[in-house]
Amino acid sequence: MRDVAIVSFAQAGSLVDTAESETQMLLPVINAAIEGSGITRADIGFTCSGSADYLAGTPFAFVANLEAVGAWPPISESHVDMDGAWALYEAWVRLQHGDVDVALAFSSGISSRSDLGEVLCLQNDPYYLMPLWADHVSLAALQARALLDQGLATEADLAEVVARSRRNAAANPSAHPDVRAAGDLSVDQLLEAAYTVAPLRAADCPPTTDGAAAVILVAGDRAREVCDNPAWIRGIDHRSEAHYPGLRDLAHAGSARLAAEHAGVADAPIEVAELAATFSHEELLLTEALGLGADTEVNPSGGALASNPMMVSGLIRIGEAFRQINEHGKHRTLGHAASGPCLQQNLVCVLEGDS
Amino acid sequence: MELLYRRSLGPVVGAFLTALREQRLLGSRTAEGRVICPPLEYDPDSGDAVDDLVEVGSAGVVTGWSWVAEPRAKHPLPHPFAWALVQLDGADTSMVHALDAGSLDAVRTGMRVQVRWAPERTGHITDIACFEPEAS
Repeated sequence: MRDVAIVSFAQAGSLVDTAESETQMLLPVINAAIEGSGITRADIGFTCSGSADYLAGTPFAFVANLEAVGAWPPISESHVDMDGAWALYEAWVRLQHGDVDVALAFSSGISSRSDLGEVLCLQNDPYYLMPLWADHVSLAALQARALLDQGLATEADLAEVVARSRRNAAANPSAHPDVRAAGDLSVDQLLEAAYTVAPLRAADCPPTTDGAAAVILVAGDRAREVCDNPAWIRGIDHRSEAHYPGLRDLAHAGSARLAAEHAGVADAPIEVAELAATFSHEELLLTEALGLGADTEVNPSGGALASNPMMVSGLIRIGEAFRQINEHGKHRTLGHAASGPCLQQNLVCVLEGDS
Repeated sequence: MELLYRRSLGPVVGAFLTALREQRLLGSRTAEGRVICPPLEYDPDSGDAVDDLVEVGSAGVVTGWSWVAEPRAKHPLPHPFAWALVQLDGADTSMVHALDAGSLDAVRTGMRVQVRWAPERTGHITDIACFEPEAS
């Protein structure tokens, strides 16, 4: 495999009820990622984006987002209707071809103009589940129940995840302002709240967030030339399991475990893991599935519970894992992204610094 | 904006939905003898094609649930209800559907439930109006 590193990351991680278009959100973010990378726009050999036309409400909405990249003279680009973490994955694959050295991956999503409880029903199978309008919070609550029923977690354990996420979010300027403003909440305080969809409470669920993010990938020695402390992609893998929740053991994130195995998570200690756990119980499922121990710091950014722009949250997790190496001097970190109901599909990216 | 269109559902999904009209429930049996309900055209473990359909019971056991205190406009029931995973008698997997249980305190994993059929059935998953606690 060709060595590929992340050399730059930028985000507008927590916009609230934005009045901008996705293109407008993206322009400063992509500019910042390029300016921070030490490469020029003309050096980018491949561009891949992630977004959902269902959120934008317009077919081929992603094409307009290329205005934020600059697509003339013609560029080589692609799009995935997935979180930007999968755009990063495609860019990494493209760099393995060896003929281009620099790639841009970005994504954007505006959740505030949609009713996610209806839009996300459209990702369910169209015959058995979608006609029931089983929304994503209701399905997530089924998975939380599976953890409680099997004795793998208590409601207090879920509240612990929320409390820590909120404490960490306080120090993250890219976390959702409502989450930051809420301040510290104790486990007891969190447990006093009414259920949204039992056993989940509002604080167990992510805030509605708009946002965008971008990363620059550079292959080989050129990454060290343009970046003092690049984060090398040592392993990256994504796996999916059965679509229908009734076929799965919801108490375990089987495809996350597989992705972790194939990404080589267990080959050496992980110092920091940024997990796209959009519901509190998902962090517990993922920590177990990825084999992370007590010595791994989880979601120092506050994670997806503190900021969850649809289609961007996973790419931000990888970006935060990059920052842990690039800015904070960590050696080995992990970024995770998820898609589908009840953690159906998972992507794991292991990053390493030179130091 | 919505685009409406008709689809042919094939021999497995189509047979399942057609049988709902007659108040019958079908599962698909894999080569290993595992009965999947609602049925799939493939074994989720091996990917092998599955076309052996068997009838399963219209009652079963709750294997998981969540409680909706405030139903959304498009939810199957207008009053508070549970989403339930129901493993029908004779099946090895669970169906996701609404459970009309009255109150959160009345729901537990392991409880017996039965299908409440819609009065008019059209070959659609909503021919099962919901599940309800089994009559004792």
